[in-house]
Amino acid sequence: MNTDETKIEIQNLTIAYGAYVVMRDINAKVKRGSVFVIMGNSGSGKSTLLRNMIGLQQPAGGDVLYDSRSFKMMDEEQRRIQLRKCGVLFQNGALWSSMTLAENVALPLQEYTDWSPHDVAGVVKVKLALVGLSGFEGYYPAEISGGMRTRAGLARAMALDPEILFFDEPSAGLDPITSRNLDQLILELRDSLGATVVVVTHELASIFTIADDSIFLDAETKTMRANGNPKELLKHSTDAKLRAFLTRGEFSAEHAARTSTP
Amino acid sequence: MTANSTSLFLVELRVPDALLIRISGKYHGQNQLQNATAIIAALERYPEVRSLSFDSTGLIGWDSRFVAFIRNCAELCQTRNIEIHDDGLPAGVRRLLRLALKVPERKDVRRTPDKIPFLQNTGERVVRGWDGALELFTFLGENIMAVGNLLRGRAQYRWADTFLVIEQCGPQALGIVAMINFLMGLILAFVGAVQLTKFGASIYVADLVGIATVREMGCVMTGIILCGRTGAAFAAQLGTMKVNEEINALQTFGISPLEFLVLPRMIALMLVMPFLCAFADFISIAGGFVVSVTMLDVTPTEYLTRTIQAIQLHSFLLGIGKGCFFGFLVAYTGCLRGMQSGSSAAAVGEATTKAVVTGISAIIASDGVFAVLTHVLQI
Repeated sequence: MNTDETKIEIQNLTIAYGAYVVMRDINAKVKRGSVFVIMGNSGSGKSTLLRNMIGLQQPAGGDVLYDSRSFKMMDEEQRRIQLRKCGVLFQNGALWSSMTLAENVALPLQEYTDWSPHDVAGVVKVKLALVGLSGFEGYYPAEISGGMRTRAGLARAMALDPEILFFDEPSAGLDPITSRNLDQLILELRDSLGATVVVVTHELASIFTIADDSIFLDAETKTMRANGNPKELLKHSTDAKLRAFLTRGEFSAEHAARTSTP
Repeated sequence: MTANSTSLFLVELRVPDALLIRISGKYHGQNQLQNATAIIAALERYPEVRSLSFDSTGLIGWDSRFVAFIRNCAELCQTRNIEIHDDGLPAGVRRLLRLALKVPERKDVRRTPDKIPFLQNTGERVVRGWDGALELFTFLGENIMAVGNLLRGRAQYRWADTFLVIEQCGPQALGIVAMINFLMGLILAFVGAVQLTKFGASIYVADLVGIATVREMGCVMTGIILCGRTGAAFAAQLGTMKVNEEINALQTFGISPLEFLVLPRMIALMLVMPFLCAFADFISIAGGFVVSVTMLDVTPTEYLTRTIQAIQLHSFLLGIGKGCFFGFLVAYTGCLRGMQSGSSAAAVGEATTKAVVTGISAIIASDGVFAVLTHVLQI
């Protein structure tokens, strides 16, 4: 497998709510098998960008290319086929509350495979075991903790062995240790499944642990301020805002403004 | 200048251009306005004042109202170009003030309650109304397409869900349907009896109750009960699923929420309503029977024979058919409002209210249309 191959390409993407523009002209390439992080301050449109990428919201302009095929030009059936290759973990899991964990993971399998119930049950058990939820098959989402819900959501997102996994703030509301374990899990899954991973987050620890590549969105200028590996960006970038973000504000914006050319 | 037993507030001129505010005792804020007026008065009296300072050595206790008061003083000084020295204030107050003044107020974000001109308001309402009506039909069209998919066997449809909904809105609703319709039968018979006995035609109470129930009341009352019970539940379920992003999760798996969530509910209600209606008819006639037999000189046999003679099969089928249609309306409005719901708890509540209002209106309005149609077609 050629690892330099571009899996997802964001082209001049402009996102908006009605007439209110959130971000304009985002350009980025996501390599196959890499972990790509969308970072930015709260309210900078990270999650909105993700929603635009998976067709939950229509971009105001630009396009997203999956395997060089335009998502905008796809008809409904083609989109369904494309989305079947994607797994999405929403904030707090977004599990279907009227179903048990096992039923949650089983539903995509029942819809898209012709496997026997026995096979489906076996795969469901494995997927839940992968995220450390063995034995919780019969529980309803309301009966388990937030961290468990997020992990169960991950098991569901992986149900169809997706080529791309999207994570919307996976560490939101999790304690540092659970959050770290989730990061390890993301990396392990990427390595074992060979999936391309797109993560929306503002957790610095996560960003430095998992990201191969990243973009930084800035709410004030409504643009993408940087694109690259976060560790490299921290070393070499002269962008005051980005440095402030990556150092929790310790590298103050005023200091950077004095030393850098805008 | 104000003073009371526990707190003291004094404004005094120190040097020709400096004003000192002396605060002591416990600050309760009860004289907030008077205090501010005292400062303004002092500033008016001595226009040469260039600085304002505080002496709070005697201050025992303060709360957020004190901070707010000092902040107002600071603003006042700013507009009059007077320097303010906060070193006489308690350290806690100084820190809170600095925090509050650290980030300047953002002028562009403040919401002004703008008055919308009458014409614009009317126009916007018309546009919104039109959009709403369009959505109503778009949803209908999407549903018809989903039914098409179902008939071709291509829908993401699960009969298990349908049976679950049937159980929730059928057998579990029998109690309330029975109670309401029994009372309706009683009331109809009672009102009829009072009038008909005047003509010595009390036996015709059986006709009145039978025909009214079977053609109109049975299905309309059941429809309204289901609307309040099940339509509202549908709207709340789907609305909450929207808030939790569960609907988004379905969509990203390429599963149509319409086929997966709306269709089972719609089909379940359309299947269950005819049975509920027939049950309602039966119970309502039983209510009429109780009144007639106990209050009027009608024997049970007479009443039953009269009822059987009065009710024609096509009237009964008309009621059942209408019931089926009302079932569709209840599910349709409930699911529509649920799917339209915004992403907050308040929006779900609003969706539920709207579902019941739209549902009941639709039932009554369509019943009117049915009345005219059956008259014209002489059914």
